[in-house]
Amino acid sequence: MTRRQRRAMLLVGCLAVVGVAIGLVLTALRDTIVFFHTPSDVAEKSLQPGQRFRLGGLVAEGSLKRGMGTDVEFAVTDTAKTIAVSYRGVLPDLFREGQGVVAEGTLDGAGHFRADTVLAKHDETYMPPEVAKALKEQGVWHGTAKAAEPGRKQP
Amino acid sequence: MQSLTQRLANPTRFMQISGTLMPVLWVLAAALLAWGLYLAATAPPDYQHGHTVKIMFVHVPSAWLAMMAYGFVALSSFGLLVFRHPLADVSAKAAAPLGAAFTLLALLTGSLWGKPGWGTYWVWDARLTSVLVLFFLYLGLIALRSSIEDEALAGRLTAVLAVLGVVMLPIIKYSVTWWSTLHQPSTGFGSTVDPSLRWPLLIMAAAFTTLFLAMHLKAMRTEILRRRAKSMMLAEVERSRPRAKPLAAE
Repeated sequence: MTRRQRRAMLLVGCLAVVGVAIGLVLTALRDTIVFFHTPSDVAEKSLQPGQRFRLGGLVAEGSLKRGMGTDVEFAVTDTAKTIAVSYRGVLPDLFREGQGVVAEGTLDGAGHFRADTVLAKHDETYMPPEVAKALKEQGVWHGTAKAAEPGRKQP
Repeated sequence: MQSLTQRLANPTRFMQISGTLMPVLWVLAAALLAWGLYLAATAPPDYQHGHTVKIMFVHVPSAWLAMMAYGFVALSSFGLLVFRHPLADVSAKAAAPLGAAFTLLALLTGSLWGKPGWGTYWVWDARLTSVLVLFFLYLGLIALRSSIEDEALAGRLTAVLAVLGVVMLPIIKYSVTWWSTLHQPSTGFGSTVDPSLRWPLLIMAAAFTTLFLAMHLKAMRTEILRRRAKSMMLAEVERSRPRAKPLAAE
Protein backbone atom coordinates (compact mmCIF):
# COMPACT_ATOMS: atom_id res chain seq x y z
CA MET A 1 0.00 0.00 0.00
CA THR A 2 2.75 2.44 0.89
CA ARG A 3 4.54 1.61 -2.37
CA ARG A 4 1.41 2.45 -4.30
CA GLN A 5 1.07 5.71 -2.41
CA ARG A 6 4.69 6.52 -3.09
CA ARG A 7 4.28 5.88 -6.82
CA ALA A 8 1.13 8.02 -6.85
CA MET A 9 2.88 10.87 -5.02
CA LEU A 10 5.86 10.66 -7.39
CA LEU A 11 3.58 10.86 -10.44
CA VAL A 12 1.55 13.75 -9.03
CA GLY A 13 4.80 15.51 -8.13
CA CYS A 14 6.19 15.08 -11.65
CA LEU A 15 2.92 16.31 -13.13
CA ALA A 16 2.96 19.36 -10.85
CA VAL A 17 6.54 20.22 -11.87
CA VAL A 18 5.75 19.82 -15.59
CA GLY A 19 2.52 21.81 -15.11
CA VAL A 20 4.33 24.70 -13.41
CA ALA A 21 7.08 24.66 -16.07
CA ILE A 22 4.57 24.81 -18.92
CA GLY A 23 2.57 27.46 -17.06
CA LEU A 24 5.69 29.64 -16.79
CA VAL A 25 6.55 29.15 -20.47
CA LEU A 26 3.01 30.06 -21.54
CA THR A 27 2.99 33.14 -19.28
CA ALA A 28 6.33 34.27 -20.72
CA LEU A 29 5.05 33.77 -24.27
CA ARG A 30 1.67 35.38 -23.63
CA ASP A 31 2.24 38.28 -26.02
CA THR A 32 3.12 35.93 -28.89
CA ILE A 33 0.34 33.42 -28.22
CA VAL A 34 -2.45 36.01 -28.51
CA PHE A 35 -3.87 35.84 -32.01
CA PHE A 36 -4.57 39.54 -32.35
CA HIS A 37 -4.07 42.91 -30.65
CA THR A 38 -6.97 45.21 -29.88
CA PRO A 39 -6.78 48.92 -30.82
CA SER A 40 -6.09 49.69 -27.13
CA ASP A 41 -3.14 47.22 -27.13
CA VAL A 42 -1.79 48.91 -30.25
CA ALA A 43 -1.99 52.33 -28.58
CA GLU A 44 -0.27 51.02 -25.43
CA LYS A 45 2.52 49.14 -27.18
CA SER A 46 3.19 51.87 -29.79
CA LEU A 47 3.85 49.35 -32.59
CA GLN A 48 6.21 50.63 -35.30
CA PRO A 49 4.76 51.53 -38.71
CA GLY A 50 5.54 48.73 -41.15
CA GLN A 51 5.57 46.05 -38.45
CA ARG A 52 3.19 43.19 -39.28
CA PHE A 53 0.58 42.23 -36.73
CA ARG A 54 -3.07 41.22 -36.44
CA LEU A 55 -5.61 43.79 -35.37
CA GLY A 56 -8.78 42.47 -33.78
CA GLY A 57 -12.01 44.01 -32.55
CA LEU A 58 -15.45 44.90 -33.79
CA VAL A 59 -16.27 46.52 -37.10
CA ALA A 60 -17.49 49.95 -35.94
CA GLU A 61 -21.16 50.61 -36.75
CA GLY A 62 -21.58 52.83 -39.82
CA SER A 63 -17.87 52.74 -40.70
CA LEU A 64 -17.97 50.41 -43.74
CA LYS A 65 -17.31 52.22 -47.04
CA ARG A 66 -16.99 50.35 -50.32
CA GLY A 67 -14.75 51.99 -52.91
CA MET A 68 -13.71 50.97 -56.42
CA GLY A 69 -13.75 47.22 -57.14
CA THR A 70 -13.03 45.26 -53.99
CA ASP A 71 -11.56 48.21 -52.08
CA VAL A 72 -13.16 48.59 -48.67
CA GLU A 73 -12.57 50.81 -45.69
CA PHE A 74 -13.87 50.24 -42.20
CA ALA A 75 -12.90 50.96 -38.61
CA VAL A 76 -11.96 48.39 -35.97
CA THR A 77 -12.95 49.32 -32.45
CA ASP A 78 -12.76 47.83 -28.98
CA THR A 79 -15.17 50.57 -27.77
CA ALA A 80 -12.25 52.43 -26.10
CA LYS A 81 -10.00 53.03 -29.16
CA THR A 82 -10.69 52.85 -32.90
CA ILE A 83 -8.34 52.29 -35.85
CA ALA A 84 -9.24 52.91 -39.51
CA VAL A 85 -8.53 49.97 -41.82
CA SER A 86 -8.29 49.76 -45.59
CA TYR A 87 -8.38 46.46 -47.45
CA ARG A 88 -8.57 45.21 -51.02
CA GLY A 89 -10.05 41.77 -51.46
CA VAL A 90 -13.08 39.61 -50.83
CA LEU A 91 -14.52 39.91 -47.33
CA PRO A 92 -15.61 36.73 -45.52
CA ASP A 93 -19.34 35.91 -45.39
CA LEU A 94 -19.63 36.72 -41.71
CA PHE A 95 -18.08 40.18 -42.12
CA ARG A 96 -20.64 42.70 -40.88
CA GLU A 97 -20.76 45.94 -38.93
CA GLY A 98 -20.89 45.21 -35.21
CA GLN A 99 -19.32 41.79 -35.89
CA GLY A 100 -15.91 40.62 -34.65
CA VAL A 101 -13.06 40.88 -37.15
CA VAL A 102 -9.33 40.10 -37.29
CA ALA A 103 -7.26 41.96 -39.89
CA GLU A 104 -3.60 41.20 -40.69
CA GLY A 105 -1.33 43.90 -42.07
CA THR A 106 0.73 46.94 -41.10
CA LEU A 107 0.20 50.43 -39.74
CA ASP A 108 1.26 53.33 -41.94
CA GLY A 109 2.81 56.52 -40.56
CA ALA A 110 -0.57 58.19 -40.10
CA GLY A 111 -1.93 55.43 -37.84
CA HIS A 112 -3.98 53.92 -40.65
CA PHE A 113 -4.03 50.10 -40.84
CA ARG A 114 -3.45 48.52 -44.27
CA ALA A 115 -4.79 44.97 -44.14
CA ASP A 116 -3.94 42.22 -46.63
CA THR A 117 -6.06 39.57 -44.88
CA VAL A 118 -9.42 39.99 -43.19
CA LEU A 119 -10.96 37.17 -41.15
CA ALA A 120 -14.37 37.20 -39.49
CA LYS A 121 -14.59 36.29 -35.81
CA HIS A 122 -17.99 35.20 -34.61
CA ASP A 123 -19.29 34.76 -31.08
CA GLU A 124 -20.69 31.70 -29.33
CA THR A 125 -24.37 32.55 -29.89
CA TYR A 126 -26.36 30.31 -32.21
CA MET A 127 -30.06 30.72 -33.04
CA PRO A 128 -32.44 30.49 -35.99
CA PRO A 129 -32.98 33.76 -37.95
CA GLU A 130 -36.57 34.09 -36.69
CA VAL A 131 -35.43 33.95 -33.06
CA ALA A 132 -32.71 36.56 -33.74
CA LYS A 133 -35.32 38.80 -35.39
CA ALA A 134 -37.82 38.39 -32.55
CA LEU A 135 -35.16 39.12 -29.91
CA LYS A 136 -34.05 42.26 -31.75
CA GLU A 137 -37.65 43.47 -32.05
CA GLN A 138 -38.21 42.96 -28.34
CA GLY A 139 -35.01 44.90 -27.66
CA VAL A 140 -33.67 42.03 -25.49
CA TRP A 141 -30.62 41.54 -27.68
CA HIS A 142 -28.77 43.92 -29.99
CA GLY A 143 -26.94 41.73 -32.44
CA THR A 144 -23.39 40.53 -32.11
CA ALA A 145 -21.75 43.72 -30.81
CA LYS A 146 -22.40 42.85 -27.18
CA ALA A 147 -21.27 39.24 -27.14
CA ALA A 148 -18.06 39.36 -29.20
CA GLU A 149 -16.01 40.88 -26.33
CA PRO A 150 -12.65 41.63 -27.94
CA GLY A 151 -11.10 42.39 -24.54
CA ARG A 152 -11.66 38.83 -23.41
CA LYS A 153 -8.07 37.67 -23.50
CA GLN A 154 -7.26 38.70 -19.96
CA PRO A 155 -9.47 36.89 -17.47
CA MET B 1 -14.20 -8.68 0.25
CA GLN B 2 -13.07 -7.05 -2.98
CA SER B 3 -14.02 -3.54 -4.04
CA LEU B 4 -15.99 -2.99 -7.24
CA THR B 5 -12.96 -1.82 -9.22
CA GLN B 6 -10.94 -4.82 -8.07
CA ARG B 7 -13.70 -7.20 -9.18
CA LEU B 8 -14.03 -5.44 -12.55
CA ALA B 9 -10.27 -5.43 -12.97
CA ASN B 10 -10.24 -9.23 -13.17
CA PRO B 11 -9.79 -9.83 -16.93
CA THR B 12 -12.01 -12.93 -16.98
CA ARG B 13 -14.83 -11.11 -15.20
CA PHE B 14 -14.23 -8.09 -17.44
CA MET B 15 -14.68 -10.29 -20.52
CA GLN B 16 -17.95 -11.67 -19.12
CA ILE B 17 -19.44 -8.30 -18.17
CA SER B 18 -18.25 -6.45 -21.28
CA GLY B 19 -19.53 -9.33 -23.45
CA THR B 20 -23.08 -8.82 -22.21
CA LEU B 21 -22.69 -5.01 -22.31
CA MET B 22 -21.42 -4.82 -25.90
CA PRO B 23 -24.70 -5.43 -27.80
CA VAL B 24 -26.54 -2.99 -25.51
CA LEU B 25 -23.96 -0.27 -26.21
CA TRP B 26 -23.98 -0.87 -29.99
CA VAL B 27 -27.79 -0.69 -30.15
CA LEU B 28 -27.88 2.41 -27.92
CA ALA B 29 -25.16 4.13 -30.00
CA ALA B 30 -26.95 3.33 -33.27
CA ALA B 31 -30.29 4.55 -31.93
CA LEU B 32 -28.84 7.79 -30.52
CA LEU B 33 -26.89 8.41 -33.73
CA ALA B 34 -29.99 7.90 -35.89
CA TRP B 35 -32.00 10.21 -33.64
CA GLY B 36 -29.24 12.82 -33.48
CA LEU B 37 -28.69 12.79 -37.26
CA TYR B 38 -32.43 13.17 -37.84
CA LEU B 39 -32.59 16.13 -35.43
CA ALA B 40 -29.45 17.64 -37.00
CA ALA B 41 -30.84 17.28 -40.53
CA THR B 42 -34.14 18.93 -39.59
CA ALA B 43 -32.58 21.66 -37.39
CA PRO B 44 -33.15 25.27 -38.51
CA PRO B 45 -30.29 27.29 -40.05
CA ASP B 46 -28.34 29.71 -37.84
CA TYR B 47 -28.94 33.46 -38.16
CA GLN B 48 -25.32 34.13 -39.14
CA HIS B 49 -23.83 30.79 -40.21
CA GLY B 50 -26.84 29.67 -42.26
CA HIS B 51 -26.76 25.95 -43.07
CA THR B 52 -23.05 25.53 -42.30
CA VAL B 53 -24.10 25.39 -38.63
CA LYS B 54 -24.80 21.69 -39.30
CA ILE B 55 -21.04 21.11 -39.20
CA MET B 56 -21.28 21.99 -35.50
CA PHE B 57 -23.27 18.80 -34.83
CA VAL B 58 -20.23 16.71 -35.81
CA HIS B 59 -17.46 19.16 -34.90
CA VAL B 60 -18.40 19.83 -31.28
CA PRO B 61 -19.01 16.16 -30.27
CA SER B 62 -15.70 15.15 -31.97
CA ALA B 63 -13.80 17.87 -30.13
CA TRP B 64 -15.45 16.83 -26.86
CA LEU B 65 -14.46 13.19 -27.43
CA ALA B 66 -10.90 14.20 -28.38
CA MET B 67 -10.59 15.55 -24.83
CA MET B 68 -12.59 12.80 -23.10
CA ALA B 69 -10.57 10.04 -24.80
CA TYR B 70 -7.39 11.67 -23.52
CA GLY B 71 -8.93 11.67 -20.05
CA PHE B 72 -9.42 7.90 -20.47
CA VAL B 73 -5.82 7.43 -21.64
CA ALA B 74 -4.37 9.52 -18.82
CA LEU B 75 -6.53 7.98 -16.09
CA SER B 76 -5.79 4.44 -17.29
CA SER B 77 -2.09 5.26 -17.47
CA PHE B 78 -2.19 6.58 -13.92
CA GLY B 79 -3.93 3.34 -12.91
CA LEU B 80 -1.23 1.28 -14.62
CA LEU B 81 1.67 3.17 -13.04
CA VAL B 82 0.21 3.20 -9.53
CA PHE B 83 -1.67 -0.12 -9.33
CA ARG B 84 0.34 -2.01 -11.99
CA HIS B 85 -2.82 -3.62 -13.32
CA PRO B 86 -2.61 -4.95 -16.91
CA LEU B 87 -6.25 -4.07 -17.62
CA ALA B 88 -5.41 -0.36 -17.14
CA ASP B 89 -2.72 -0.76 -19.80
CA VAL B 90 -5.24 -2.44 -22.12
CA SER B 91 -7.63 0.49 -21.59
CA ALA B 92 -4.95 3.12 -22.29
CA LYS B 93 -3.78 1.30 -25.41
CA ALA B 94 -7.33 0.93 -26.73
CA ALA B 95 -8.31 4.58 -26.14
CA ALA B 96 -5.30 6.25 -27.84
CA PRO B 97 -6.10 5.52 -31.53
CA LEU B 98 -9.78 6.34 -30.93
CA GLY B 99 -8.81 9.66 -29.39
CA ALA B 100 -6.48 10.40 -32.31
CA ALA B 101 -9.30 9.64 -34.78
CA PHE B 102 -11.79 11.95 -33.04
CA THR B 103 -9.15 14.70 -32.74
CA LEU B 104 -8.48 14.45 -36.46
CA LEU B 105 -12.22 14.56 -37.14
CA ALA B 106 -12.56 17.69 -34.97
CA LEU B 107 -9.62 19.34 -36.80
CA LEU B 108 -10.96 18.46 -40.26
CA THR B 109 -14.59 19.47 -39.62
CA GLY B 110 -13.36 22.65 -37.92
CA SER B 111 -11.22 23.45 -40.94
CA LEU B 112 -14.14 22.90 -43.32
CA TRP B 113 -16.31 25.15 -41.15
CA GLY B 114 -13.58 27.78 -40.84
CA LYS B 115 -13.54 28.55 -44.56
CA PRO B 116 -17.18 29.70 -44.87
CA GLY B 117 -17.26 31.21 -41.37
CA TRP B 118 -13.93 32.91 -40.76
CA GLY B 119 -12.66 33.03 -44.33
CA THR B 120 -9.75 30.62 -43.78
CA TYR B 121 -9.19 26.87 -43.38
CA TRP B 122 -6.52 27.27 -40.73
CA VAL B 123 -4.94 29.86 -38.45
CA TRP B 124 -2.29 29.36 -35.77
CA ASP B 125 -4.40 30.62 -32.89
CA ALA B 126 -4.15 29.12 -29.40
CA ARG B 127 -7.16 26.79 -29.71
CA LEU B 128 -6.35 25.32 -33.11
CA THR B 129 -2.66 24.94 -32.30
CA SER B 130 -3.25 23.29 -28.92
CA VAL B 131 -5.68 20.76 -30.45
CA LEU B 132 -3.10 20.00 -33.16
CA VAL B 133 -0.56 19.40 -30.38
CA LEU B 134 -3.04 16.99 -28.76
CA PHE B 135 -3.30 15.11 -32.08
CA PHE B 136 0.51 14.82 -32.27
CA LEU B 137 0.55 13.72 -28.62
CA TYR B 138 -1.81 10.86 -29.48
CA LEU B 139 0.42 9.90 -32.41
CA GLY B 140 3.44 10.09 -30.09
CA LEU B 141 1.79 7.71 -27.61
CA ILE B 142 0.98 5.22 -30.37
CA ALA B 143 4.47 5.50 -31.89
CA LEU B 144 6.26 5.16 -28.53
CA ARG B 145 4.29 2.03 -27.65
CA SER B 146 4.95 0.36 -30.98
CA SER B 147 8.65 1.23 -30.97
CA ILE B 148 9.47 -0.89 -27.89
CA GLU B 149 9.33 -4.65 -28.25
CA ASP B 150 8.89 -5.49 -24.54
CA GLU B 151 5.14 -4.85 -24.16
CA ALA B 152 5.20 -4.32 -20.38
CA LEU B 153 8.00 -1.76 -20.64
CA ALA B 154 6.34 -0.09 -23.64
CA GLY B 155 3.11 0.19 -21.65
CA ARG B 156 4.82 1.80 -18.66
CA LEU B 157 6.88 4.31 -20.67
CA THR B 158 3.85 5.28 -22.74
CA ALA B 159 1.88 5.70 -19.51
CA VAL B 160 4.45 8.18 -18.13
CA LEU B 161 4.16 10.30 -21.30
CA ALA B 162 0.35 10.02 -21.19
CA VAL B 163 0.15 11.19 -17.55
CA LEU B 164 2.46 14.16 -18.19
CA GLY B 165 0.53 15.03 -21.36
CA VAL B 166 -2.61 15.66 -19.33
CA VAL B 167 -1.45 19.30 -18.96
CA MET B 168 -2.75 19.74 -22.54
CA LEU B 169 -6.37 19.35 -21.41
CA PRO B 170 -6.64 22.58 -19.33
CA ILE B 171 -4.58 24.42 -21.99
CA ILE B 172 -7.06 23.41 -24.71
CA LYS B 173 -10.09 24.07 -22.52
CA TYR B 174 -9.00 27.55 -21.43
CA SER B 175 -7.09 28.57 -24.59
CA VAL B 176 -10.08 30.64 -25.73
CA THR B 177 -10.27 32.41 -22.35
CA TRP B 178 -6.56 33.02 -21.63
CA TRP B 179 -5.55 34.28 -25.06
CA SER B 180 -7.29 36.14 -27.86
CA THR B 181 -8.16 33.58 -30.54
CA LEU B 182 -10.04 33.45 -33.81
CA HIS B 183 -11.94 30.47 -32.42
CA GLN B 184 -15.07 31.43 -30.50
CA PRO B 185 -15.23 31.15 -26.68
CA SER B 186 -16.97 28.14 -25.11
CA THR B 187 -20.75 27.92 -25.34
CA GLY B 188 -20.80 26.39 -21.84
CA PHE B 189 -22.60 23.13 -22.69
CA GLY B 190 -24.68 24.94 -25.29
CA SER B 191 -26.15 27.55 -22.92
CA THR B 192 -25.68 30.29 -25.57
CA VAL B 193 -27.20 28.05 -28.26
CA ASP B 194 -30.94 28.31 -28.95
CA PRO B 195 -32.83 25.13 -27.86
CA SER B 196 -33.74 24.34 -31.50
CA LEU B 197 -30.01 23.91 -32.21
CA ARG B 198 -28.92 22.83 -28.72
CA TRP B 199 -30.98 19.62 -28.60
CA PRO B 200 -29.58 18.13 -31.83
CA LEU B 201 -26.11 19.03 -30.49
CA LEU B 202 -26.67 17.35 -27.12
CA ILE B 203 -28.15 14.19 -28.68
CA MET B 204 -25.24 14.00 -31.14
CA ALA B 205 -22.79 14.43 -28.23
CA ALA B 206 -24.53 11.58 -26.35
CA ALA B 207 -24.45 9.43 -29.53
CA PHE B 208 -20.72 10.07 -30.10
CA THR B 209 -19.94 9.35 -26.43
CA THR B 210 -21.86 6.04 -26.51
CA LEU B 211 -20.17 5.14 -29.79
CA PHE B 212 -16.78 5.87 -28.24
CA LEU B 213 -17.58 3.72 -25.18
CA ALA B 214 -18.69 0.84 -27.42
CA MET B 215 -15.57 1.08 -29.61
CA HIS B 216 -13.30 1.43 -26.58
CA LEU B 217 -14.79 -1.67 -24.94
CA LYS B 218 -14.54 -3.59 -28.20
CA ALA B 219 -10.90 -2.56 -28.65
CA MET B 220 -10.14 -3.60 -25.05
CA ARG B 221 -11.72 -7.03 -25.63
CA THR B 222 -9.74 -7.48 -28.83
CA GLU B 223 -6.52 -6.51 -27.04
CA ILE B 224 -7.18 -8.96 -24.17
CA LEU B 225 -7.84 -11.76 -26.67
CA ARG B 226 -4.67 -10.83 -28.59
CA ARG B 227 -2.61 -11.01 -25.39
CA ARG B 228 -4.15 -14.37 -24.49
CA ALA B 229 -3.43 -15.71 -27.97
CA LYS B 230 0.14 -14.45 -27.71
CA SER B 231 0.77 -16.07 -24.33
CA MET B 232 -0.77 -19.34 -25.56
CA MET B 233 1.52 -19.29 -28.56
CA LEU B 234 4.53 -18.63 -26.34
CA ALA B 235 3.49 -21.53 -24.08
CA GLU B 236 3.14 -23.73 -27.15
CA VAL B 237 6.64 -22.84 -28.31
CA GLU B 238 7.99 -23.51 -24.81
CA ARG B 239 6.29 -26.92 -24.70
CA SER B 240 7.68 -28.01 -28.06
CA ARG B 241 11.21 -27.07 -27.08
CA PRO B 242 12.15 -28.69 -23.73
CA ARG B 243 13.94 -31.71 -25.30
CA ALA B 244 16.37 -29.42 -27.08
CA LYS B 245 17.33 -27.66 -23.85
CA PRO B 246 19.12 -30.40 -21.87
CA LEU B 247 21.01 -31.35 -25.01
CA ALA B 248 22.25 -27.84 -25.42
CA ALA B 249 23.26 -27.78 -21.74
CA GLU B 250 25.49 -30.80 -22.07
